[in-house]
Amino acid sequence: MDKKAVNFGYIVTRDRQIDFDANDHTISRIVANAEPSLNLCISCGTCSATCSAAQFTDFSLRKIILLLRRDEIKSLEKEISKCMLCGKCQLVCPRNVSTRNLIIQISKALTTVHP
Amino acid sequence: MAKHVVVIGAGPAGLETSASLAKFGFNVTLVEKEDLSGGHLKKWHALFPSLMPGYEALDNIRKGLNPSVKMQVSTKITGMEAVNDYFTVTGHNGWQAKADAVVMTTGFQLFDAHRKEEYGYGIYENVITSADLEELFASGKELLNRHGRKPERIGFVHCVGSRDEKVNNLHCSKVCCITAVKQAIEVKQKLPDAEVFCFYMDLRMFGRHYEELYKEAQEKYNIQFIRGRLSESTEDQDGNVVVKVEDTLLGKPLRIKTGLLVLMVGMEPRANTRTLARRMGLKSVSDGFIQPVDEVLHSNYTEIPGLFVAGTCSGPKSIADTLADARSAAFAVADFFKK
Amino acid sequence: MTFDLFVLPFFIGLLFLVAVLVIKYSRWIALMDAPDRVKAGMALFSVNLLKSLREVFLESLLHRKMFKRNALLGYMHMSFALGWFLLIVMGNLESRIYSGGHINPPYYPIFLKFFIHDKRVLPFEIFTLPGFFRFTMDLLLLYVLSGLVLALFKRTRSKWFGLKRTTKHNSFDRWALTSLWLIFPMRLLAESFTAGIYQGGGFLTNTLGSFFALILPVQYLAYPAWWAYSTMLGVFFVTLPWSRFMHIPTEIVLIFLRNAGIEPGKYPGSFSEIEIRSCPRCGVCIDVCQMNQVGLTGSTAVYFIRSLRDKQPDISLNANCMMCGRCLEACPVGIDTLGLRVGARNVDNKILASDFSYLPARQETEKNVDVVYFAGCMGHLTPAVKRAMLQIFEAAGINYTFLDEDGSICCGRPLKLAGMKDAALKLVAENTSKIKRTNAKILVTSCPICYKVFNNDYKLDGMQVMHHSVFIDKLVEDKKLTLNPLGIKTVYHDPCELGRGSGIYEQPRHVLKQISEVAGVTEERANALCCGGSIGELNMSATQRNVIRDNALNVLCEPNPDILVTACPLCKKTFGPGSGTPVLDIAELVAESMNQEKPALKSKTIVEV
Repeated sequence: MDKKAVNFGYIVTRDRQIDFDANDHTISRIVANAEPSLNLCISCGTCSATCSAAQFTDFSLRKIILLLRRDEIKSLEKEISKCMLCGKCQLVCPRNVSTRNLIIQISKALTTVHP
Repeated sequence: MAKHVVVIGAGPAGLETSASLAKFGFNVTLVEKEDLSGGHLKKWHALFPSLMPGYEALDNIRKGLNPSVKMQVSTKITGMEAVNDYFTVTGHNGWQAKADAVVMTTGFQLFDAHRKEEYGYGIYENVITSADLEELFASGKELLNRHGRKPERIGFVHCVGSRDEKVNNLHCSKVCCITAVKQAIEVKQKLPDAEVFCFYMDLRMFGRHYEELYKEAQEKYNIQFIRGRLSESTEDQDGNVVVKVEDTLLGKPLRIKTGLLVLMVGMEPRANTRTLARRMGLKSVSDGFIQPVDEVLHSNYTEIPGLFVAGTCSGPKSIADTLADARSAAFAVADFFKK
Repeated sequence: MTFDLFVLPFFIGLLFLVAVLVIKYSRWIALMDAPDRVKAGMALFSVNLLKSLREVFLESLLHRKMFKRNALLGYMHMSFALGWFLLIVMGNLESRIYSGGHINPPYYPIFLKFFIHDKRVLPFEIFTLPGFFRFTMDLLLLYVLSGLVLALFKRTRSKWFGLKRTTKHNSFDRWALTSLWLIFPMRLLAESFTAGIYQGGGFLTNTLGSFFALILPVQYLAYPAWWAYSTMLGVFFVTLPWSRFMHIPTEIVLIFLRNAGIEPGKYPGSFSEIEIRSCPRCGVCIDVCQMNQVGLTGSTAVYFIRSLRDKQPDISLNANCMMCGRCLEACPVGIDTLGLRVGARNVDNKILASDFSYLPARQETEKNVDVVYFAGCMGHLTPAVKRAMLQIFEAAGINYTFLDEDGSICCGRPLKLAGMKDAALKLVAENTSKIKRTNAKILVTSCPICYKVFNNDYKLDGMQVMHHSVFIDKLVEDKKLTLNPLGIKTVYHDPCELGRGSGIYEQPRHVLKQISEVAGVTEERANALCCGGSIGELNMSATQRNVIRDNALNVLCEPNPDILVTACPLCKKTFGPGSGTPVLDIAELVAESMNQEKPALKSKTIVEV
């Protein structure tokens, strides 16, 4: 990521598209390995609808999962620290994603791989 | 002597199978646990996508029935046994028959919405199911909520009891999306000033003219579609149902008051279908519907020679699909007797 | 002559053991928090000491809790502990007869029969002092040996001892065990051979000795046997501090510290170090652990504690636990397995950040009510329970406020269980101020998870915390609620956090008995099963949880109740989808019962075919 092979003397602003090939896939692989139910998410939004934190702040597990799957991990660490681990999302998830462990595993992967 | 076929269940599938079998010249007995044929269709007000009245459809299906078909109503099947090359089928009232072939057309049961406690069915008065709404339509009564008021806003919740492993139903019930669109339109026809919202995960408009009906709902009736699955509902002091979803396309949680919330309940295999299938030693699959020999090539055949399936007992189907499947089953039976 | 070279293995082993113990104990004392050290010091000079001695006698020697579990298992442990202890005490007293009351070197009483051949005493003499001792010492040896025979049987017939599974020991423990087991047969042989040479010994050693003298050259065998006996003792003492047998000296310290009022739960810390070493790896916790049902056998308390002791904590071992507390309940030593587990998780998850600065700074207006109701996060997913509680408050004429009507801030218990202590404390502070501003006298919650943390960790200035089942019981006792019998049979499921976690077993049953016939099940109250939905567990898959749920349901529905009653929204949500029997919260049944004379309950779904 962000490897500058040649310095042309000017900076090109990164465009806003997800550069999937350039993104680092390490974190998502680690997390999917530690909590395979990550892959079961269908982005229905039930978790983020019921979320105790989401009524106060911009926090959505659904978005976090999507960002992780696209390896857009820049803002994830800050986002994930908002979770209260109350477990409501786990009780409503129609695909039985182990959301609490998922949160912890993402958080761990983020802190250990790129501390 | 003509072969004798017992058809279990006189819903649309059973009626159509029996009618077709009779046309092949077989002796047919159609067994029904209730005192009247028609199954769920009896209570259904109108069918998608044409809004054909349910009774009209049922009348037409019943008309196809040849008088030679013997109706055995008010008989619950309690036992079935494969003996050499025939079956003995027993009813709860002592009725018994020997059959050369059996077609199971035992249908589905509607998901019991009480099982999604967080949705508030049976707790909040203005939470009803799609079946309740259909009955209300069929009754011809005015569309009022349980507080006797015209609801200003009506919500439809898709996938209630379908695609939900929390209630052990992973499968899609196939018809609820289009039913919601149909009912939303009917609501708007009755209450033109009301706002109607559909809360969905995916809109599965798989059939012919379904997408058109969806477009009509948008174009003509201004029905709003919000992509987000209901997590829970609450009730405010005025008896409104407050819906909690995430508007997933905007990425924000959304709270919205509705005067009436309709739960689109899905299809489940009947408990007694499961028991019967288990007793007959049919392969059990996780969704509980009967598994045919092959879903693509032999959708009416079971692993037991002479035992056939048709209609929703082998998976969710629309009425149109059910009727086609029923005729196909009759052909399969005829083919079986030829061999 | 009161010395021989063969005593050296024993003597060196003993000195080594004492030295190691002194070093370890000093380190623990040094590591202890100052207030705890003071507490421990004070306890040495108070009635606490007597209490501790009593407990040491009952548990470490008699193994009372083991007896309660299984008589054979209790006898086996008691024969080793009490038998060996009495051998030492009696041996010491016996040796005084021959040393004229002087204090002897430690090996002297142990090897007394090597040094003293009192020919004045006849083998079966009992009523003289030396004869009494000789008889008693043989009897005690026989007693210990009987335990050894049972221990051998336990290897293959563990079911006789009430154990389906036994601990899988590592090779080091097996060495220590072998040396322990060989001590007593070696002593028997050494004493018998010597008795055979000198026609001495008591009823056991004399008989055996005379027999051996007939068929064996005992005069050549006796001395090597004493060497072997001494060596086994030496090996055992040297291996003891690193083997599971370290529990023998450590458990005594644990009992003393616990009675001194030192709180468990600080990990890592000296108290937890002592707890970890007090685990005898008896394996009683293995069978009670429901994780076995899904093949997660590695994280059972005994192995988890061993991993801590071996300084090889494994994050998945720490995480794979429902924190239901069944092992804690079963543990004969009373080790705080849950506290250690949370402690280990705290270490694992120290790196995880939390930021709740988004929580609204605005404060609710101050209220003045008698009761503040907190449904809890999960309570919002069981609206029938919420509704029932509000009906109950209305019916009883309670001046209440519904604190989290518009959604909860989590109580902090889930974070605490996950090992994110600091994050949990932030939520505790947040909720504390909200609760306090209601100025209520009683805080009622429907969630046992919230109840536990409100009760243990919140400082609410004397506000009483009640689970709704207890509150309902109080309302009925105070005649504020009238209940009508429902004419149904119920089974009550004890939620982990309410039952084992908070000791509330009777009040919900008391309420239920007034409205239904309450059937008992094989595993209830302190032995109740976890529903499988536990938030204490992190790693388990939904499929595994369902297996645990279904097995628990089989036990609970065995009496074929009309309704399965619980008192926890999480248990209700977990059981519901798997149960053929309707699952209701106790509050729902109470609301039903007070609402009408003859309530119409939904009957069970009857499967027709």
